[in-house]
Amino acid sequence: MDSDVSSPPLLTVSKQPSSTEMIASNLWTAPNADKLDRLIGAFLADADQRPAASIDMGGVTAFDTFGAWQLSRLAREMKAKGRELTIVGLSARYGELFSAVQQTSERFGGHQEPRFAFTGLAAIGAAVVAAWQSLLLLLNMLGAVCAAAFRAIAKPSTFRLTSTVNQLDRVAWQAIPIIILITFLIGSIIAQQGFFHFRKFGADDYVVDMVGILVLREIGVLIVAIMVAGRSGSSYTAELGSMKMREEIDALRTMGFDPVDVLILPRVIALVIGLPILTFIGAMSALYGGELVAWLYGGMSPEIFVARLKEAISLTHFKVGMIKAPFMALVIGIVACTEGLKVGGSAESLGLRTTSSVVTSIFLVIVLDGLFAVFFASIGM
Amino acid sequence: MQEASTQPVISVRDLIVGFRDRNVLDRLSLDVRSGEILGLVGGSGSGKSVLLRTIIGLLPKRSGTIEVFGQNLDGLDDGPRRALQRRWGVLFQNGALFSSLTVLQNVQFPMREFLHLPEHLLDEIAATKLAMVGLSRQDANKLPSELSGGMTKRVAMARALSLDPEVVFLDEPTSGLDPISAGDFDALIRTLQQTLGLTVFMITHDLNSLHAVCDRIAVLAQGKIVADGPMSTMLASEHPWVKSYFRGERGRLLEHSHEPLPG
Repeated sequence: MDSDVSSPPLLTVSKQPSSTEMIASNLWTAPNADKLDRLIGAFLADADQRPAASIDMGGVTAFDTFGAWQLSRLAREMKAKGRELTIVGLSARYGELFSAVQQTSERFGGHQEPRFAFTGLAAIGAAVVAAWQSLLLLLNMLGAVCAAAFRAIAKPSTFRLTSTVNQLDRVAWQAIPIIILITFLIGSIIAQQGFFHFRKFGADDYVVDMVGILVLREIGVLIVAIMVAGRSGSSYTAELGSMKMREEIDALRTMGFDPVDVLILPRVIALVIGLPILTFIGAMSALYGGELVAWLYGGMSPEIFVARLKEAISLTHFKVGMIKAPFMALVIGIVACTEGLKVGGSAESLGLRTTSSVVTSIFLVIVLDGLFAVFFASIGM
Repeated sequence: MQEASTQPVISVRDLIVGFRDRNVLDRLSLDVRSGEILGLVGGSGSGKSVLLRTIIGLLPKRSGTIEVFGQNLDGLDDGPRRALQRRWGVLFQNGALFSSLTVLQNVQFPMREFLHLPEHLLDEIAATKLAMVGLSRQDANKLPSELSGGMTKRVAMARALSLDPEVVFLDEPTSGLDPISAGDFDALIRTLQQTLGLTVFMITHDLNSLHAVCDRIAVLAQGKIVADGPMSTMLASEHPWVKSYFRGERGRLLEHSHEPLPG
């Protein structure tokens, strides 16, 4: 809707000795709002001003909120500078709109958001407070889950077995193929790298020690925990978060159910049972991958690999890995459920919480692994 | 632009819309005249929202013609269609505010996309629109999740009006509001319609709204418009659904509490 060459200009200004006369015409509507803004801005900025001005709106063929706002801005800013603006010829059907807009813009008035000088410092402070609060929330959730677990032990009929089995199916059974694939590849890669580098100083045999100990103690459980955090932790957060958004959790509460009993405990229990099983499967798969590479790449027959493995590892290594698994599961479950319940009303917060759930649980899993390493070293395991 | 003309703003002829083996709208015809507030009523599932969504192009139709501002929507290319869409605003039932944007940004969104305006002008005009729907400066920086039901509807109304449309479609504007807020919202629709010279197409279940703001009422049943006219026509109609709706228990209650509409 650009104005043609033939169409009259939006605003014509002619200066008389004692007053300024403006003639408005054409479309004072949204598509011309930018042009109008510049025209009126230029007029207001003009230093050579007469004490009085008049504007003839008779030629305006269409007038909407955007045009009305510009006219009211002209009137307002001229008044602020102590000059008079007379509006003539504004047709009656636009008068109502103009007075409505004029009232609202006067009511809103000029107002600026306060600017804070130390926004950087304020952001750091807010982040520290937020981190502290989310730690408290995690502890709170841990306590709530423990309390719910004790309630379930005291009164087993309240425990939701069906839900737990369903979750177990989703987080453990359905995860088996991808866990087998990933840990198999990791085991193979470790063995291949081992052979490639150890061969230089004739230490081929020690590849088996490295694969066995690394997989059973650290890599197996860590890779599986990270996979589960990404796969099941994120889905817990998204599920609980969307239930929160749709007030399903509030509905549960009002019916006298504790969401921790109904939704969270079965999910956490399923993870605590499922993760050790997946860790075991993953460790076996990684050892199998290592054995296969030892045979095909390192030229070590499977019999020798197994015999060497028997010497290299003890039950302790296996136990160290397996003991860590349920604790990591607990961390993943607690973080995922806490983040899920933090979801607010918007779709954006759901995405934000899901991301934060995965990042936090992977971070905490690795921190926990480090703490366990210190612990096992000090008790000599 | 705002002069009443004999030509209807929206003209629907022999519209058939269906899902799978069922026709929800069956050879429906309806006109909306310039500058009027048309209230569309009908039972749940009668296809009111389907009609609205078909007119604004969200649902495909099986046959029939829909003309808006005298232009058939079928024959339009993307450019003219978009130009046409700028001339109407839609208020969805649950507001459909963008949850990641603040109230002010929600109202600015269509202006920012369609008009090339400087930032200060966007702020000022969006603030004016918010003031026109009765919201304050404090509300402008809130997120949609922090708003009450009535405020959500007001923001949605401000967004629907952000490009100064000639027609607004309102899908149950007062549903979920308490009677006082609903009454306020009805008054707001009336005021805005008069100041901005709007044509309003509104779906409603609220008999109060029908009494208070609608110039004309159309009743949708069995996929057709079965009755159409001012309140007096509705009260005189012998169609069973119309009769039970307007002359049932609730209708009678209203009749006693309201003066009949002039005209």
